[in-house]
Amino acid sequence: MDAIRTEQLTKIYGRTTAVDHLNLTVKQGELFSLLGVNGAGKTTTVKMLACLSAPSGGDAFLNGRSIVSDTAGVKAVIGISPQETAVAPNLTARENLELMGGVHGFSRARQKEKAEELAGRFGLDGILRKRAGTLSGGWQRRLSIAMALIGEPQILFLDEPALGLDVLARHNLWEIIRSLKGKITIVLTTHSMEEADALSDRVGIMQEGKLLAVGSVAALKERTGTERFEDTFLALVKGEER
Amino acid sequence: MKLLAFCTRNAKEILRDPLAVAFSAGFPIALLLLLTAIQSNVPVALFEIERLAPGIAIFGLSFLTLFCATLLARDRESSLLQRLYATPLTAVDFIAGYALPILPIAAAQSGACYLTAVLLGLPLSQRVLYAVAIDVPISVLYLALGLLCGSVFTVKQVGGICGALLTNLSAWLSGTWFDLELAGGAFERIAYALPFIHAVELERAVLSGNLQGMFTHFIWVAAYTVVIAVLAIYAFLRQMRKR
Repeated sequence: MDAIRTEQLTKIYGRTTAVDHLNLTVKQGELFSLLGVNGAGKTTTVKMLACLSAPSGGDAFLNGRSIVSDTAGVKAVIGISPQETAVAPNLTARENLELMGGVHGFSRARQKEKAEELAGRFGLDGILRKRAGTLSGGWQRRLSIAMALIGEPQILFLDEPALGLDVLARHNLWEIIRSLKGKITIVLTTHSMEEADALSDRVGIMQEGKLLAVGSVAALKERTGTERFEDTFLALVKGEER
Repeated sequence: MKLLAFCTRNAKEILRDPLAVAFSAGFPIALLLLLTAIQSNVPVALFEIERLAPGIAIFGLSFLTLFCATLLARDRESSLLQRLYATPLTAVDFIAGYALPILPIAAAQSGACYLTAVLLGLPLSQRVLYAVAIDVPISVLYLALGLLCGSVFTVKQVGGICGALLTNLSAWLSGTWFDLELAGGAFERIAYALPFIHAVELERAVLSGNLQGMFTHFIWVAAYTVVIAVLAIYAFLRQMRKR
């Protein structure tokens, strides 16, 4: 079974079609990157898949659950780390982790157990007692992704996870994302070609709400006859394929 | 467990803000102390503690509107709500989660205010406890206003509207500092068309044991509470759907 399958998924805002009859599949355990210039429809697509925005038409199925008719079922299997770091600033890092366990209905003991487990996995032990609002951008982003994993999601959405991070923090974050590959399905939206190249099993390139191209980085490079993935992307969005 | 986790988080966010604690507990007490000191130095009955304490207790609730609205507006702006909307929390959990933590804070604030008033000479009786208790349902009006403003305005706008406008309206149109008959005319008519004076008079009636005088004021406060709560729920659900 595909982890994600969209069928004619469409979102219309007034006279603007943000996502236009999108048909897309993502396999179980795959890291799939959505690329595109601003306004291509990446974030709108993710918002619909995460049940944050209702589609104007079509449907999508996440592990077989419809985003139209079974939003509660979908929310039970997903986690999301939004583009802006979404942490509760006056809570400690530990309390942020436990909050996410709590809103998933875990008992107090289970919340603590999951917080300890994720803290160990993400190297957060040293900052667990610090208030999230006082942490650096890199630590906040790391905490943000750990929070998305507390609910044991089968599908994880990462929106621009390395945006604004320095080289070292970005490298560390990529290592964490790589460690998740194969265990859960990840949908990553990014503007960074380097990030997509480094992490993705497959990428989908969107333009004006439509899926322009989809495939592995190597396959798309071959298709366009380019060596650098940035050139691959430009060739595809400018329609300069070989 | 889901609702409890969200309520706990919201209570911590409010109570860990030093400005919130200073304003919700400290400011009403400071006002009581200051105005009682003024009263002791003037020969006319200007700020009698029996009339002043209920007014200050109600005025203190306007800060809860500010805290509730600021918390919600900040969550909306920071993407934290986006993250939480993608969890199994329901719309009812969100609304209750923002509202419920305010109630014990309101009770504590009112208790601190009346304790100070007793130390300043308010006769201690069972009616003081009733006055503290009636503050809790009245606080629903103020937290509904907070939910409404937090759902509609940005953090900056909330600061201006709830922090400046609402607290001033609640102060000047509540009859706490002066008898509204002294102003008379349109000022008095506007004041009596709004809920603040009725909340204060309801509180004063409970404290003085004047149960007959309670009913009209209770109806005004209850009607405003229901209307604003319905508007707040509508505004919250609307912004939730618009995401």
